[in-house]
Amino acid sequence: MLEVHGLQVCYGAIQAVRQVDLEVQQGELVTLLGANGAGKSTTLLSIAGALKSSGGRVCFEGEDITGISPEQIVRRGLVMVPETRDVFADLTVKENLRLGAYIRRHDLVGFRKDIEWIEELFPILINREEQAAGTLSGGEQQMLVIARALMSRPRLLLLDEPSLGLAPTIVEQIFRMIEKLRQSGLTILLVEQNASQALRSADRAYVLSLGTVAAAGRAEDIASSSDLRAIYLGA
Amino acid sequence: MLSDLLQFSIDALTLGSLYALMALGLVIVYGILRLVNFAYGELIMVAGYTLYLLGGSPLPWLVMAVMAIVMAIFTGIATELVAFRPVRERSVTAVLITSFAFSTLLQNAALLFISPRSRQVPLPDLFSEVVQIGEIIVPVRNLVTIASTILLLALFALILRRTVLGMALRAAASQFRMARMVGVPANLIISTAFAISGLLAGVVSLLWFGRIGSVVPGIGLEPLLVAFIATVIGGMRSLPGAVIGGYVLAMIDTGFNYLLPQDLLAFRDAFTFSIVIFILLWRPQGLMAGPATGQRT
Ligand SMILES: Nc1ncnc2c1ncn2[C@@H]1O[C@H](COP(=O)(O)OP(=O)(O)O)[C@@H](O)[C@H]1O
Ligand SMILES: [Mg+2]
Repeated sequence: MLEVHGLQVCYGAIQAVRQVDLEVQQGELVTLLGANGAGKSTTLLSIAGALKSSGGRVCFEGEDITGISPEQIVRRGLVMVPETRDVFADLTVKENLRLGAYIRRHDLVGFRKDIEWIEELFPILINREEQAAGTLSGGEQQMLVIARALMSRPRLLLLDEPSLGLAPTIVEQIFRMIEKLRQSGLTILLVEQNASQALRSADRAYVLSLGTVAAAGRAEDIASSSDLRAIYLGA
Repeated sequence: MLSDLLQFSIDALTLGSLYALMALGLVIVYGILRLVNFAYGELIMVAGYTLYLLGGSPLPWLVMAVMAIVMAIFTGIATELVAFRPVRERSVTAVLITSFAFSTLLQNAALLFISPRSRQVPLPDLFSEVVQIGEIIVPVRNLVTIASTILLLALFALILRRTVLGMALRAAASQFRMARMVGVPANLIISTAFAISGLLAGVVSLLWFGRIGSVVPGIGLEPLLVAFIATVIGGMRSLPGAVIGGYVLAMIDTGFNYLLPQDLLAFRDAFTFSIVIFILLWRPQGLMAGPATGQRT
């Protein structure tokens, strides 16, 4: 479904992603692990079109989407939730969700149906629809940005560190929600610092180190591999 | 005394309405691109010359007015296409230079093809009528200015709150990249902002020329300056701030008109700027802070 070949991304003179090859099959939950600064977020942003790559190719559902604008990539069914969360702080929760459904903005019936589905998935958001998104707690904001991304009805969801800085009970809720989404048939590429939890839910894993793929394989194999610690320490 | 107060209020509200619309037209673009459109004043100039050129025709004034507004919108969109879009992703300096250049280009076109001297614009009879309110005599155009500004602001607020495009504009003002990542096209947002800027400039020009009666190639400088100062007072990033800034600036200006003795009136702007400096010392962010986050796009 998603194929990334030899991806390279630079910030000015710094090459944050040197050589990344990865692949996600329809229906899979794949996790991308790695130490802080390994280039995980940069990789996802570049796949989603928010950062220009300086080399390599990204294919989604058989079509080359390298260098296409983020808004067009969303239209094709690939949506990303950045680690910075980026709720539209001045807008209400409902308005955030309306914009999440921007590419289907004329489908009001579908919108209402999706809102019900979102409320089932994130009961926390129910009573907050008229509240400004900036006033939500960190966990609620994380739920909102995931919900907002789902409103576009994507086929592939890129999640960047959804558990970052959240309380353990919230993290657990988020992982349960990811599990549910995956069972509903959504394909997910998940970036996590919380490696053990991510490996427990994922089918396959890639480990990034200094902008290159240092290890790849089935989640169980990666979990039991003794290199993992070393890679995390940057060796 | 009471009638003085009423006179002052109407004068300040009239000028404030003009300033508020000018400021809003500038800040709608600034809020999204974090760039000042230096060709903003020329939108007002273009609308003025459109009125002048249509002046001899048998068209009803309202039709001319609509055409002037359309020309301002069109020029606003053209500014974006010519001066902003090609260099937007390069650097701030590049855009500042191109928007300056576009402004100069439009002014010189007016100098060359029309005239360096001022030209009378056609105005409806209504604009020269007066009404008596209590003891004071008020030009009807002042009341028209206040009323149409309130209407336009209300309409604008409604669009921003109720339509998906309005929500997208508000979202893009604080999180431009994220707005794109949920599927809102960057170019649509930016073109819309420029079109709204043109619409506001067009309406302002009708009311402004209703006051001053004629158009010259350099006419755009004062509205640009006024808009800039008003947005600085109100907070560069906030739409309500721009409106408030416009009214505050007009109150200061009008206040000095009333209070300063005749021989100091020539220095009114110096007094106004001192007050502006005090406001900024007190609130460096302007009266209203904008959205908390946001990177340059
Ligand atoms: N906006 C930026 N400008 C310059 N360098 C950046 C920027 N964002 C990230 N980097 C650098 O790129 C590298 C990879 O960052 P990132 O992709 O955020 O890593 P990760 O998500 O794995 O923690 C790091 O060395 C980081 O310092
Ligand atoms: Mg990261």
